Amino acid sequence: MWAAGTLAFTALAAVPVLAVIYLAFTPGENIWPHLVSTVLGGYVTTTLILMLGVGAGTLIIGVGTAWLVTMCRFPGRRLFEWGMLLPMAMPAYIIAYVYTDILEFAGPLQGALREIFGWSSKRDYWFPEIRSLGGAIAMMTLVLYPYVYLLSRAAFLEQSVGVFEASRSLGRGPWRSFFTVALPLARPAIIIGLYLVLMETLNDFGTVDFFAVNTFSLGIFDVWMNMNNVSGAAQLATVLLVFVAFLVIGERYARRKQRFHHTSTKMQALPGFQLPGARGILATAGCLTPILFGFVLPTVILMNYAWRHFDPELTQEILGHALNSIRLSVLAGAIAVVIAIFMAYGARIRGSRLLMVANRIAAMGYAIPGAVLAVGVLVVLGGLDNSIDGFARENFGLSTGLIFSGTIAAVTFGYLVRFLALSLGTVEASLGKVTPSMDGASRSLGRGAFATMRLVHLPLIRGSVLTAVLLVFVDCMKELPMTVILRPFNFQTLATFVHQYASDEQLGEAALAALSIVGVGVLPVILLSLTIAKSRPGHGAGQIAAQIAEREA
Amino acid sequence: MQGLHMVGVRHAYGKTQVLNDISLTVPAGELVCLLGPSGCGKTTLLRIAAGMERLQTGSVTIDEVIVAAPNVQLPPEERQIGFMFQDYALFPHLTVFENVAFGLFRQDRQTARARALEVLEQVGMTQHAEKHPHLLSGGQQQRVALARALAPKPRLVLLDEPFAGLDTTMRARVRQQTLSVLKQTSVATLMVTHDPREAMYMADRIKVMGENGQILQSGRPQDIYYNPAEEYVARLFGPMNMIEGVAQDGSLASSFGPLAVGDAGNGQAVRVLIRSEGLILSHGGEQPGGTPVDVLSAHLLGDSSLVGFRVREGINSGAEFQARIPGAFDLTGRGQTWAHVDPAQVFPYPQKQ
Repeated sequence: MWAAGTLAFTALAAVPVLAVIYLAFTPGENIWPHLVSTVLGGYVTTTLILMLGVGAGTLIIGVGTAWLVTMCRFPGRRLFEWGMLLPMAMPAYIIAYVYTDILEFAGPLQGALREIFGWSSKRDYWFPEIRSLGGAIAMMTLVLYPYVYLLSRAAFLEQSVGVFEASRSLGRGPWRSFFTVALPLARPAIIIGLYLVLMETLNDFGTVDFFAVNTFSLGIFDVWMNMNNVSGAAQLATVLLVFVAFLVIGERYARRKQRFHHTSTKMQALPGFQLPGARGILATAGCLTPILFGFVLPTVILMNYAWRHFDPELTQEILGHALNSIRLSVLAGAIAVVIAIFMAYGARIRGSRLLMVANRIAAMGYAIPGAVLAVGVLVVLGGLDNSIDGFARENFGLSTGLIFSGTIAAVTFGYLVRFLALSLGTVEASLGKVTPSMDGASRSLGRGAFATMRLVHLPLIRGSVLTAVLLVFVDCMKELPMTVILRPFNFQTLATFVHQYASDEQLGEAALAALSIVGVGVLPVILLSLTIAKSRPGHGAGQIAAQIAEREA
Repeated sequence: MQGLHMVGVRHAYGKTQVLNDISLTVPAGELVCLLGPSGCGKTTLLRIAAGMERLQTGSVTIDEVIVAAPNVQLPPEERQIGFMFQDYALFPHLTVFENVAFGLFRQDRQTARARALEVLEQVGMTQHAEKHPHLLSGGQQQRVALARALAPKPRLVLLDEPFAGLDTTMRARVRQQTLSVLKQTSVATLMVTHDPREAMYMADRIKVMGENGQILQSGRPQDIYYNPAEEYVARLFGPMNMIEGVAQDGSLASSFGPLAVGDAGNGQAVRVLIRSEGLILSHGGEQPGGTPVDVLSAHLLGDSSLVGFRVREGINSGAEFQARIPGAFDLTGRGQTWAHVDPAQVFPYPQKQ
């Protein structure tokens, strides 16, 4: 039963992607030659430049601030430990809307500059164009660097201070020790962080759509919606999948080759280099800037807009959209966690290679950009609807029409395929911490597999189950591309509402909805900060938190 | 026959053969110890008996019911066994009482409660019934684990290194308590350990497993100790002194006099092992069968001392040996030291040509 269920879920998760690939190779009206000769080159270059820019930006900010915060002492360090994560709460498309509003020609900043210097037209001065590839790189870097920060920080914390001190004692200064010892040791973790950043970059739709930066995600939409060519969209999606495959393989390769075993387990308090005077202030400014521009400033601006544009009628409408968002996200979160528990526990008790591989495949959805999945889900459900309709016409002489397409079920299905990995990963990790003798103990005392799960495992992993629901919930609340394509007619979520209003240059009216999304996004940041606080034994606040947690447990 | 019966069990992880044609019987009321080095597959055998590892070849019978055979695989919950894990595997979210009552769900509440309290009483843990496991010491956790395994009155108890997690001072006491509880229940018990002294203490019968996953010898503790069938078994109980040579007329010539070599024929190469407690030291005058030696070192271990010495005369002149003698050994001012051999601690092994 475990095997059959798991394989069924895996098949369901894989079907949309397979459908896209199938469609790409069996096009109805083949526009591939046309795509190659016109837009494809542009998509490839733009996407690559975007990935390069965001990758470099997040690496510098993420690794740099992680090192400062873990190893040095300067004003505000304690605050930055978790504060650096805040921009994670901000979807890229939302800060793109906010900064465009501020920085565009008609915006307040350029207006003020014109006033001060007496410029009258665009030709009188130069100002960076926010709606550009460079702008998109800046926006995504600002909100995605926390992935790199989080993983490099964890890696720096995990490193024994001993190896760093050994390097110093052998005559290498702090900078050389950083580049020759600490950084190479942290490289596997940093690469995972970078991988997540690039996945999110490929997935992004809201920002590139708004900035009209022609990446693959946008291209897929364009060919689908404007050129009305499904197989062309599927072909572009397949090329995008090749990008994804390269990333996945690269990450796996980096992980396999670069597993370092810590030679010393010494976990003493970190050295905490004091950064005196000007250098300390420089460090503070360095950490403050990304938080300021990635979170604080946009939030304040949104609050200001929400206040100025407050309108009871519109608020009522937004509340309705919020309820839609919450219902959808709770539904997806709950189903995802139930499936995750089933699959993780099945693989655990069966211990079979097949199920473990199936779980990995089912988790691949997280790497697939939303635009690709949306196309896949539409194709699959459309096909299903057509065959049911055909069957009903033939046998009962009536048309069933579209049963699944454009329904809540379609959106939920898309969410599940994409975010199952989050719940599966969380549940697997916490089940892995339960020693297998627990299973043996319960089973030998006469309880079957289900009773053992209910009485032993679920109570032990309760916290992680909630975390898993929360993670899926939050990502669904923020999700844009799949929701836009798959939602029922006239059905709005917070994300689609903000997208629509911002596209019509009415960000003020949507500010409250945008703020709500950001507010929800803060939840996992809080969760992460709590985990960080107790992640390292023998380290200040972390130690106390760990002790409390231990006592509570 | 009541109890556990395993026949022809083989097991392999991939290409590594961990169990090689193991057969054993544990009658009700008897405690059998599997003694072997870590990684020799003894825990795997225990897990096969419990149904936590799938049987590959052979068969397992408990109380005349076939629980595992090529086409039969009864899940652990249907085997009526009590399994005690090396890490105890107490449920951290349940109290001591709830842990012990975990397997009693088939009985009504009253009976289950009475039984749980009865077992807790038996292991002397009644006053800790409402605590959670993490508040208990290692020895107390061990007792709860034992009580939990025994509560449903299993037909077979399996113990996996039950004392490995305890420090030495605690171990002796817990071992004695465990043994007495098990003897009261008179259930068939199969225990796994790598500690020969623990096996000697606990077992009615010992089965020694070698690194190749085979049973090398089985028998009562005294059989294993005084008649080790193989050099490997003899060496389990500590370091050995060794004399090699050629058999002549049923014995091997040595500085300690002729040593019996059993049925080794004339001219056959023989290796003779002598336990360190089989070398007896004395001082002053000429001793019958003794040989003069030079003492090199003495280490007091507490109840005994390890004394290193070099033989002065005869065929083994210049060879070094180690003796274990009761009490302390004074290195100075004792005059001449003599060594002779206790024939019961001499084990000859003819070498293959």
